[in-house]
Amino acid sequence: MGLKASLIIVLSLVALASAGAGVSFFQPLLAVVIPYMVLAVFLVGLCWRVFKWAQAPVPFRIPTTAGQQKSFSWLKANKLDNPSNTAGVIGRMLLEILLFRSLFRNTKAELRKGPKLTYGWEKWLWLAGLLFHWSFLVVAIRHLRFFIQPIPALVRFTEGLDGFLQLGLPTVYITDVLLVLAVTYLFLRRIVIPQLRYISLPADYFPLLMILGIAFSGITMRYFLRVDLGAVKEFAVSLAMFSPKVPEGIGAVFYVHLFLVSVLFIYFSFSKLMHMGGVFLSPTRNLANNNRAKRHINPWNYPVDVHSYAEYEMEFGNKMKGAGLPLEKEEQ
Amino acid sequence: MYDAGKIIPGLIIFLILITFPLWYSLGQSAPVLGYQVETPEIEQLEEKECVESVSYMRASHMRLLDDWRNEVVRNSRRTYINNAGKTYEISLEATCFGCHTNKADFCDTCHSSLNVEPDCWNCHSEPKESQL
Repeated sequence: MGLKASLIIVLSLVALASAGAGVSFFQPLLAVVIPYMVLAVFLVGLCWRVFKWAQAPVPFRIPTTAGQQKSFSWLKANKLDNPSNTAGVIGRMLLEILLFRSLFRNTKAELRKGPKLTYGWEKWLWLAGLLFHWSFLVVAIRHLRFFIQPIPALVRFTEGLDGFLQLGLPTVYITDVLLVLAVTYLFLRRIVIPQLRYISLPADYFPLLMILGIAFSGITMRYFLRVDLGAVKEFAVSLAMFSPKVPEGIGAVFYVHLFLVSVLFIYFSFSKLMHMGGVFLSPTRNLANNNRAKRHINPWNYPVDVHSYAEYEMEFGNKMKGAGLPLEKEEQ
Repeated sequence: MYDAGKIIPGLIIFLILITFPLWYSLGQSAPVLGYQVETPEIEQLEEKECVESVSYMRASHMRLLDDWRNEVVRNSRRTYINNAGKTYEISLEATCFGCHTNKADFCDTCHSSLNVEPDCWNCHSEPKESQL
């Protein structure tokens, strides 16, 4: 159900853009108005979501502990999996954000031959996830060559590395291949594995299909239909310099690509894609496990008038003594 | 708002990075893009047309040149018949550079603005530049 709906939506977006690309009324809309609108919604929406998250207090530290906590000096502590200070937290966050370390721990639970539950090796999700995210980053950096003149050295270097196989003409980018393979895997596993299919929602299929659509339209544009890149660059630079010029003579596939990217980014801040910001705010990852070493006071604690036992002894000590009750003060 | 001391700087760093193409060229005048077609050789032509249509050449000249190279080097065929049925000699130096003598303004401006480094000049010698 969710799969069909998502597929229909993505295909209608493609149809909409390719139909609009030929109509002179829709060209400025697709090329200029929508991208600027998307930029505004994306930036404001993203900040708004992060601010909303920041309203939620984290009174007690809830880091997941996957190693020995800092304890006696003769017990070796696991500084990354159970960080006790900020340096450890930074290390843990870096590994999480750059290498998806917690996904690496993913296992597969199976009821194999009878009632015994077995846990097996399962790194494919981690591998595909890592390949996809890094490829997407490289693709995004590569695209800067269209928006900027002169092209920064980092962009040139990234593109050179990405195309270093020098296969075909125009050169095949390694990340194009990796991205499509990884996203296809991520998509197929949701369809093929029954348990995953059961828990998958339109919000899971839609972004994957959108990204596949963006990748396919981009690949078609680069390797098969080919468009006038000089005109693309002129358009992209004009867009980045806020003096937009509607491109002329670029094929419909360019409009499809641009429109799909626009829709994905306007969808971004309303969806699970916000994990880009959310990963930084994961309380199970970004807090040091120092609940026992430091006192963390709940910020909304009602001020309670406490009467400690020491104060109690101060007040009733004489009477307790008279009644023959032991006093802590005297024991020490 | 909690942890504003960490979240707000983080958000600002993110916004600066993501808007890089927007502020990178702030205050600069629009870069000169595109290419120069006119050469003395083209001026003298009666019919100013390329081997294929301009739109095809702009988008796909690299494929045409690649096909040409394969035709000559692998199949030793030196004639090309275009879409309109006209015959051309397959030769970068005689056919292409016969008109396009301005490599710097015709080839290099676009290629460098798009970070494309064609390896034509590994084998071919560059056309002699002529000034308008």
